[in-house]
Amino acid sequence: MRFFATPRELRERGVLGMNQRNADYIMRYNPRRLYPLVDNKLETKKLALESGIAVPELYGVVAIEHQVQEMASILADHQALVIKPAHGSGGNGILVIDSRMGKFFRKANGSLLSIEAIQHHTSNILSGMYSLGGLPDKAILEYRVDFDPMFERISYQGVPDIRIIVFKGIPAAAMTRLPTSDSDGKANLHQGAVGLGINIATGETTNAVHHNHLVDQHPDTGYATSGIVIPHWDNILRLAIQCADTVGLGYLGVDIVIDRKLGPLMLELNARPGLTIQLANGQGLLSKLQKIEAHPHLPTEMDARIEFAKGLQKPADSNYSS
Amino acid sequence: MNTVTARVWALALILLGLAITAYKAYELGLPITPEQNTDVWTVQAQVSFEGKGKPAKLSLFIPENTPGFMLLDEYFISSRYGLTIAKTHENRRADWAIRRARGMQTLYYRISVARSNLKVDWKTKPDFPDPPDYPEPYASAIKAIIDDVREESADVESYTLELLKQLNSSAPDENVELIRHKATSSGQWTNEIINVLKGVRIPARIIWGIDITDSANNISLRPLLQVHNGDNWLTFNPETGREGIPADFLVWKVGDKSVSALNSGNDLDVKFSVTRTYAELIDVARQGAAKRESFFFEFSLLSLPVQNQITYQLLLMLPLGALLVVFLRTIIGLKTFGTFMPILIAMAFRETQLFWGIIMFSMIVSIGLMIRFYLEKLFLLLIPRLASVLVIVVILMLLISLITNQLGIERLLSISLFPMVILAMTIERMSITWEENGAREAILQGIGSLFVACIGYVVMVNENLMYLIFVFPELLLVVLGLCLWMGGYTGYRLTELVRFKGMLGTETK
Repeated sequence: MRFFATPRELRERGVLGMNQRNADYIMRYNPRRLYPLVDNKLETKKLALESGIAVPELYGVVAIEHQVQEMASILADHQALVIKPAHGSGGNGILVIDSRMGKFFRKANGSLLSIEAIQHHTSNILSGMYSLGGLPDKAILEYRVDFDPMFERISYQGVPDIRIIVFKGIPAAAMTRLPTSDSDGKANLHQGAVGLGINIATGETTNAVHHNHLVDQHPDTGYATSGIVIPHWDNILRLAIQCADTVGLGYLGVDIVIDRKLGPLMLELNARPGLTIQLANGQGLLSKLQKIEAHPHLPTEMDARIEFAKGLQKPADSNYSS
Repeated sequence: MNTVTARVWALALILLGLAITAYKAYELGLPITPEQNTDVWTVQAQVSFEGKGKPAKLSLFIPENTPGFMLLDEYFISSRYGLTIAKTHENRRADWAIRRARGMQTLYYRISVARSNLKVDWKTKPDFPDPPDYPEPYASAIKAIIDDVREESADVESYTLELLKQLNSSAPDENVELIRHKATSSGQWTNEIINVLKGVRIPARIIWGIDITDSANNISLRPLLQVHNGDNWLTFNPETGREGIPADFLVWKVGDKSVSALNSGNDLDVKFSVTRTYAELIDVARQGAAKRESFFFEFSLLSLPVQNQITYQLLLMLPLGALLVVFLRTIIGLKTFGTFMPILIAMAFRETQLFWGIIMFSMIVSIGLMIRFYLEKLFLLLIPRLASVLVIVVILMLLISLITNQLGIERLLSISLFPMVILAMTIERMSITWEENGAREAILQGIGSLFVACIGYVVMVNENLMYLIFVFPELLLVVLGLCLWMGGYTGYRLTELVRFKGMLGTETK
């Protein structure tokens, strides 16, 4: 295998680069005034609740340092929960507590935390350690998703999620992100999660990427990464489209988790979704985005949009013509 | 559309910047590279006289308009004398005065000049002289010559040339012979020619100057002839007829008045000497700037006080550093901690030199990181922890300075400029990246930052660039234009060619 690709080869495959993503899509289709809606997860949650979009239940908000001491009461009410910064980015600062063990709290990776450690983490969130620009922040305490059993076999701890890029109301690309041992249970590709491309037409996983390298099995579980059928696929697409319509951003990353009982839930939105999704799919984004941009009459009906999105996806096999 | 507008702006700014630079370089003669040495000549006029113990006034003509040379500096060495400088429309005159001058008095005037291709001209416009009444037998001789020359000339220039040719002919006729006998020195000879030119109402004058070819003592002024053609003063050698001011000729004064005058005293003597020194062109340009009359020079950084110039020399390198960051991040795709942090580090490297700078940076950051990891365990709030890291950075720098001082390494003493806050922030960000994205990512970004800082250092200590941007600050427009241009670059970053090489995987497998 070669050490690099030529610009021409990438262009032929419709790969979207960081510069072009910023200039031609994010700057063009995402008005800056809408950013607070997605950058502040509390706002996103509020907006979603108003519009009837399914989200994990909010247990509480820690807004000022003083409340950190009172967290114990919220913690006492729930066996499992997630603590995350309202303005976090890239999954940073998210603490997932799976269960209790006496006085201690057990993290997704099995390690134990004291209540002081949790309070310190919350203080860090409040002081802005994880927020964009280091501004003071709030900590959100919410329902820990009890993820769908189908992921149990292939994933390693943490919460696997599904990232869908919705462009002008049409789902353009999708992948699922599985935490690994080196991602510390986080579904963040930069931190070492595995990304599995999803064929939008079928809801079936295709390629997989780990640390920007193509893989065909989960590094921890060894489970084959292709051919997994994502449950509730059409509902997931529907949820993603609903989110895009509600928040009004033209180029949006929607992160969705599948709960065992509650089905697909929107976890968060991202106004600057990353580009690794292309590697996970073995397919460039640019060609699809351009097709959507060039289309004179994009469908507005929900079902028509899903059909349109599915039609955009090349038949899965054609990606692998060797 | 927006990209196109940005590109148009970029192009316009780049062209404007380059045009002004080219104008200054080629029209005004500013050198575009700094290290060319240039000859600087120091010409000294030594004036001496014997005082009579009475009040004395001494005057000395000093250079004003010096075509082919620029005046860099001048000094008057005349300890107890009062000095005033009188300016007439063609000349400058130094007037010294003293209440009691007893015994041998010596005063000096020194001027430094360097060659320059700046155009300098006399703006004076003379009146047409009335034809004088020449006494016989000169009247008829001059008339004969005048008529003779007129036959073979078309304008003032060709008339003067022809006249000089005839007057200096190696086989002179009796008319020329007659005039030649009157003149015993080249000064008198020039005045005779001027006298003849009056007969045809051509304004003419004598200028005096010095040949500057090599270091020499006891040089005397020599005259040249100038005639006015209605627009300009044309210069001729009165003995050879050669036109133009010779390249080595430094004009000292205009007119026939004696170069120095004394109202009371004996043995007035003026001696000229020339010494040759070298100076870097930037210094020449700097010193010459104040003396030139150009819009671009009056608003030039070269006209600022020297200590401010040094500040600006540093300041002006920052945009270059920023341009470099834009390039390395947008086109190459390097990752760094903070956008312009590497450039500030690079500025600090200027003080410490690269090698010690890198050692310093690595030492402080790694020790700082270790301490920061310990602080993590103390569960401190963000701001107090940041402040603690800052204090630790300062203590580390202090220790390093003290230790290296003991070891006799002076380089690291000059780290006062090392941006401590930036280092503290770097440590903080690095430790967070370390914790969240792993050691690999943190070290990679750390090395990326250091790498950008190194390149930034190499760019920012480049003497040529420093000189260029300082003397031609309009190049900042070019820098701005390039930034705008790259702002519209939507192509792949170089690192993306590696990142997305997996896109080819399905076919090459």
